[in-house]
Amino acid sequence: MVLQPSERHYRDWNHRRLGPWCSPTGSPAPLSCETGCGEGSWILVCRLLVPTQVSLLSMEEDIDTRKINNSFLRDHSYATEADIISTVEFNHTGELLATGDKGGRVVIFQREQESKNQVHRRGEYNVYSTFQSHEPEFDYLKSLEIEEKINKIRWLPQQNAAYFLLSTNDKTVKLWKVSERDKRPEGYNLKDEEGRLRDPATITTLRVPVLRPMDLMVEATPRRVFANAHTYHINSISVNSDYETYMSADDLRINLWNFEITNQSFNIVDIKPANMEELTEVITAAEFHPHHCNTFVYSSSKGTIRLCDMRASALCDRHTKFFEEPEDPSNRSFFSEIISSISDVKFSHSGRYIMTRDYLTVKVWDLNMENRPIETYQVHDYLRSKLCSLYENDCIFDKFECVWNGSDSVIMTGSYNNFFRMFDRNTKRDVTLEASRENSKPRAILKPRKVCVGGKRRKDEISVDSLDFSKKILHTAWHPSENIIAVAATNNLYIFQDKVN
Amino acid sequence: MLPPPFPDWLWMLSKGLKRKREEEEEKEPLAVDAWWLDPGHAAVAQAPQAVASSSLFDLSVLKLHHSLQQSEPDLRHLVLVVNTLRRIQASMAPAAALPPVPSPPAAPSVADNLLASSDAALSASMASLLEDLSHIEGLSQAPQPLADEGPPGRSIGGAAPSLGALDLLGPATGCLLDDGLEGLFEDIDTSMYDNELWAPASEGLKPVPEDGPGKEEAPELDEAELDYLMDVLVGTQALERPPGPGR
Repeated sequence: MVLQPSERHYRDWNHRRLGPWCSPTGSPAPLSCETGCGEGSWILVCRLLVPTQVSLLSMEEDIDTRKINNSFLRDHSYATEADIISTVEFNHTGELLATGDKGGRVVIFQREQESKNQVHRRGEYNVYSTFQSHEPEFDYLKSLEIEEKINKIRWLPQQNAAYFLLSTNDKTVKLWKVSERDKRPEGYNLKDEEGRLRDPATITTLRVPVLRPMDLMVEATPRRVFANAHTYHINSISVNSDYETYMSADDLRINLWNFEITNQSFNIVDIKPANMEELTEVITAAEFHPHHCNTFVYSSSKGTIRLCDMRASALCDRHTKFFEEPEDPSNRSFFSEIISSISDVKFSHSGRYIMTRDYLTVKVWDLNMENRPIETYQVHDYLRSKLCSLYENDCIFDKFECVWNGSDSVIMTGSYNNFFRMFDRNTKRDVTLEASRENSKPRAILKPRKVCVGGKRRKDEISVDSLDFSKKILHTAWHPSENIIAVAATNNLYIFQDKVN
Repeated sequence: MLPPPFPDWLWMLSKGLKRKREEEEEKEPLAVDAWWLDPGHAAVAQAPQAVASSSLFDLSVLKLHHSLQQSEPDLRHLVLVVNTLRRIQASMAPAAALPPVPSPPAAPSVADNLLASSDAALSASMASLLEDLSHIEGLSQAPQPLADEGPPGRSIGGAAPSLGALDLLGPATGCLLDDGLEGLFEDIDTSMYDNELWAPASEGLKPVPEDGPGKEEAPELDEAELDYLMDVLVGTQALERPPGPGR
C-alpha cells in the first residue's frame, strides 16, 4: 500500500512555500514490453504538478485533484519559482523516480504496483515521499547566500530494504535514507501509552513489547552531510561502481568521497590556475565509468572531454584520454566557444561510449577514438542563425541534459518550446515531441512536432520565431529497462510511455 | 517569440565578421552569406562592420558587468563571456596596425572612424571599467594595486601613463582584459578559510563601485552612468536597442 498524498502530507507540511504534489491526472497506459526504438508512439501516462496553494486552502478535505489541476494550475501565477524542477532521476530498477526543485525539496514517486484488480493502473507513478533536502544558507564569512536549489540527485543501488540517494545543491552533498515503516512497538514497560515515562517504582509486572502493524509511513532521514569541500558551485555528482565512493565536481575541482567519511575528501582534479587571471576554462560535468571504478570523465566549457584513470596518480590532472572535435571553420563565429561548451556528459550503460550535449548538438563518442565523435545529432540547428539574439537574452548559456535509453539505442535531450528530441542510433531516425498541458490528453498519442525554418510553413509546423524560449526542457530521465520517460517542464513532470500497438 | 533581437544585419555580421577579417587585405565587400541583405538596405550601406562587433562588445561588457554584480558570479558564465569578449576585441583591433598612442584622443570620434580612433580610448575605458568593477563592494579583497598603475579613470581625456592596457593590444598577448582580469578573477577566488572581513554587499543587488581616483560621485552605478559609459565606448553612436536584461 503506497501512501497517497492525503491527510498526512497536508497536515504535516507547514513550509511556507511548499505544498504536496498532486496525485497524477490522466489514466495510465498499457504496459510496454518493447525496448529499443523509442521513436514509436509515445503517450502521456501522467502529469504531476505542484499545487502550491492547495495546502493553504484545504487541509482536511479529500481534494478532488482534477478540480485542483483545472482551476488552479492553468493560471501560472500559482506556480512559484521554488517549484521549478531542477533534476530528475530514476533509480536503478525504475521503481522510483526522484525530482529535485529550486526550493530545495526532493519528491520521490513510486511506480504503481501491478495488481490483479487494477491492472490498468500499472505504469502510473504516485507520490512516495517528500522531504526538504536543502535549506537556503548564508555563508557568513563571504556574505553570500547559498541557494537551496537541488542541482543533482543520484541514487545508490539498493542493498537492503531502504533506499539511498545523494542530493546536492551548490555547496553541500547529502546522503538521504528513505525507508518504510509499517510496524511499531507497543507495550513498553517504562513508557506509558502516550510515551510518558513511568516511575519505575510503580511497575509491578513486566511485559515484552510487541510489534503491531501501523499505517505505512515513509520517512526520509539525512544520514550523511558532506560539506565544506567546494569553493565553487557543484555541478555534478556521480556514484562509483564500487558503491563505496562517489565524486562531486564544481567549476574547478573534483573531489572523491567515501560514503562513510564526511569530514574528509580527496581532491582528484584541480584545474584552477595559479593566477586566476589565466582562467579560461571550467569543468561543466563529470561522471564515473559504469563498470570501471578507477575511470571517470569530465567535460569542459571549451567542448573537451577528459578521461582519467585514478590509478595513474592521486591527482588526475593529466588525462588518460582527451576527446575534442576540431572546429568547423565554416561555422566559426564569436559564439563558437559558447556553443561548444558541454552541458552534460553521460556514459552509455555498456560503458563503451560517452554522450555529450553542447548547445546545438548531441554527440556520441567511442572511448577508443579521441579525435572526433562517431555520431553527431542536430538538436535544433535552426538556432544557429539566432545565436546573437540568444546570447543577448542569455539562452545560449542554458544547460541541457541528455540521456540514454536502457539499451543505448536511443538518446534523448530537451529543447525550447517544451520540445524534446529522441534520436534512434540504429535507424538514424529522430522525432520531436512536446510536453505541454494543451497538447497532451491522457493516453492520446503524442504527435511529432516540426519546426519550420524558412519558406512556407505547413499547417502543423511552428516557425522558429514563434518558439517560446522561456519553456525549456533541461532535465529528462529514461527508465533503466523500459520505454518510460520523465520530462520536466518548469514545474510540471510529464511521464510518457511507449504504447504497445 | 524571440525577445527583441539585434537588427537582422547584426546577426549575420556577427557570423561573417571573422571571414571578413581574413579577407581584409583583399578589400572584398562584406562577404556574408546573407540572402536577406538587400543591397539597397540602408543599414547595410551605412553601417560599417566595426559597429557590429562594437555592439557585441558593448553587450558583452554589460554582461560581464551584470555577472560581476552577482554576489557569487557563475564562473562558467563569466569565463565564457570573457572569452567571447576577447574574440570580439581581437577582431576589432587590426593586427599591429595601430602604432602605440601615447595618449588617447581628447574626444571619441564618430562611428565612421571607430576602430582607428577609439581603440586607445576603448582600451583606456575598458581598463577603467574593469578597475571599477573590481572595486565593487564584496569582491575586493584588498586595495586595488591597479590604482597605483594610474588608470585614466572615466574621463576619456585622462592620460594613460602606464599603457599596460594598450600594450596588451598586440596580437601576441591578445587581450586587453588581462590587466583588468587580474582583479576580476582574483577577487572571485575567495578561499573559504580567508579571514578577511568584507563589508557585506549593501542592498544585495546594487554594488557600490569606487570611481576612478579623484572622483567622488554618487556611489551607485545607475543607468545614467551606464549610458555615459556606452557613449564613451562607442563614441556618439547610441545602441540600436537598449541593452537586454541579461540573466
